[in-house]
Amino acid sequence: MNKPTRWTRLLPTLGPGTVWLLVFTLVPTLLIFYTSFLQRDPHGWLSGPLTLENYRRFFGIGPDGIDPLYLEILGRSLLLGLVTTVATVVIGFPFAFFIAGSPRKNLLLLLVVLPFWTNFLIRVYAWIVIFQRKGVLNALLGHFGLDPVLLYPSWTAVYVGTIYTYLPFLILPLYASVEKIDWTLLEAAHDLGAGRLRGFWHAVFPQTLPGLIAGVLLVFIPAVGTFVISDLLGAGKAILVGNVIQQQFGASRDWAFGSAAAFVLMAVVLTGLWLYARWAGERGMEELV
Amino acid sequence: MTGRRWLTLHGVLVLLFLYLPIAVIVVLSFNESKYGVAWHGFTLKWYRQLLEHTRIHPYVWNSLIVATVSTFLSTVLGTLLALGLARYRFPWRGGLLFLLYIPVVIPDVVMGVSLLLFFAWVQRAFDALHLGLTTVILGHVSFQIAYVTLVVKSRLAGLDPSLDEAAADLGAAGWTRFWKVTFPLIAPGIAAAALLAFTLSLDDFVITFFTAGPGATTLPIYIFSSVKRGVTPEIHALSTLMILVTTLALIAVQRVQARR
Repeated sequence: MNKPTRWTRLLPTLGPGTVWLLVFTLVPTLLIFYTSFLQRDPHGWLSGPLTLENYRRFFGIGPDGIDPLYLEILGRSLLLGLVTTVATVVIGFPFAFFIAGSPRKNLLLLLVVLPFWTNFLIRVYAWIVIFQRKGVLNALLGHFGLDPVLLYPSWTAVYVGTIYTYLPFLILPLYASVEKIDWTLLEAAHDLGAGRLRGFWHAVFPQTLPGLIAGVLLVFIPAVGTFVISDLLGAGKAILVGNVIQQQFGASRDWAFGSAAAFVLMAVVLTGLWLYARWAGERGMEELV
Repeated sequence: MTGRRWLTLHGVLVLLFLYLPIAVIVVLSFNESKYGVAWHGFTLKWYRQLLEHTRIHPYVWNSLIVATVSTFLSTVLGTLLALGLARYRFPWRGGLLFLLYIPVVIPDVVMGVSLLLFFAWVQRAFDALHLGLTTVILGHVSFQIAYVTLVVKSRLAGLDPSLDEAAADLGAAGWTRFWKVTFPLIAPGIAAAALLAFTLSLDDFVITFFTAGPGATTLPIYIFSSVKRGVTPEIHALSTLMILVTTLALIAVQRVQARR
């Protein structure tokens, strides 16, 4: 079994899929990298010679110091990714234990999966209805005689919408780990004299790590790259890296600069993943699906 | 309060958070008033308008065509990949797995623009692959294939290898062995993978947004432009119907799984 299989046997099963992935995944990804070193030409297409100009512009390195415009946008995306990840962990961690300890596990799981399968745009749009000037929230506040708040468009709305959208991505893999917890380890820890907190920290928490880390990645990656949530709930005023990429490939039509921004975003995400893969290996990557 | 009570209270609050937006949409879809969120009485007129307005029917069709064709292609390609990955040893295994994980792990906006760029290059070089339904389907297959492969592969990993060996010992060769032994065993996994692929396609906005040309508007693209323009109550009715379909599908899947 350790000897490589002959390629004539590999071809019928692995051939078509590999070709597909090479053509439609690898080549486009390499094209982004290549294009990020080109320039926009007057016809809205791309031309050489190869240059670092796009990266220079993204990182804002100019003759009179640093212009942090795009770095700030990147920072905002990272902040959104981090805050969303922390918030979903704080909300989702106890919730996973709540499902695992409930007699109606299947119903609760269905209740978590359902919003997750409801069209993403509809869920984001619903927050507009809640937050807008004459929306649900202000109707409720008015009912109690309180002053209205203007939360749409705002960064608060973008944060709430992002946390809301990705919460199930954390709960589901985390629950898979919580369900498998071997509670006898906690009893053993108590028998050995560990208090409640110490027992939980040393005997239970480590067992949740595979699901927790998979969940963290599943939340952080899309949150850091989102452009739809910021576009809709920020009404064009909340700019993230995803919005920069979308604008460059859309209205601004500077695909070379857009490619550089896309490559920077990809590099950020792949660095995180590389650290994860080193820690978790092939099995760990499977937890992500 | 005991720990369990706190956990239950927290659980109820999380469920309220998860369902508040959905409840808002469903309630508004039955609201008489066209503007604002104040309740003006029960009506079904938005549902009637939705059915009468033939404007959105092509978008529904486009979504269904894309989802069906892309699911078929990705299920075939992904199942074959999973079989090869589970059965054989070969030197570029790590590289293939890396390729497979790219669509799962890179942000979808990056995947969307890289496909757009690729189609634009192909278009300039060969005058082929103009943006339309075909490019959307190609894009969808490219992310679905990873999910299908990984789901089927995990099903194959749970199989007892002695069944396959027994079939081989009894003289069943390649294809026969696959159809008579392996396929029936992994069929539920393939079905689950296809269902996942279909749903991912129906729900996809970002990849479609970058790879769709004129005339290839899908339902999510239409919903996006409606939200940008200002929503009519028909969208609430449409959303409610989509939520209803998903709910029924999920309950059906759970029933089938429970019976096994």
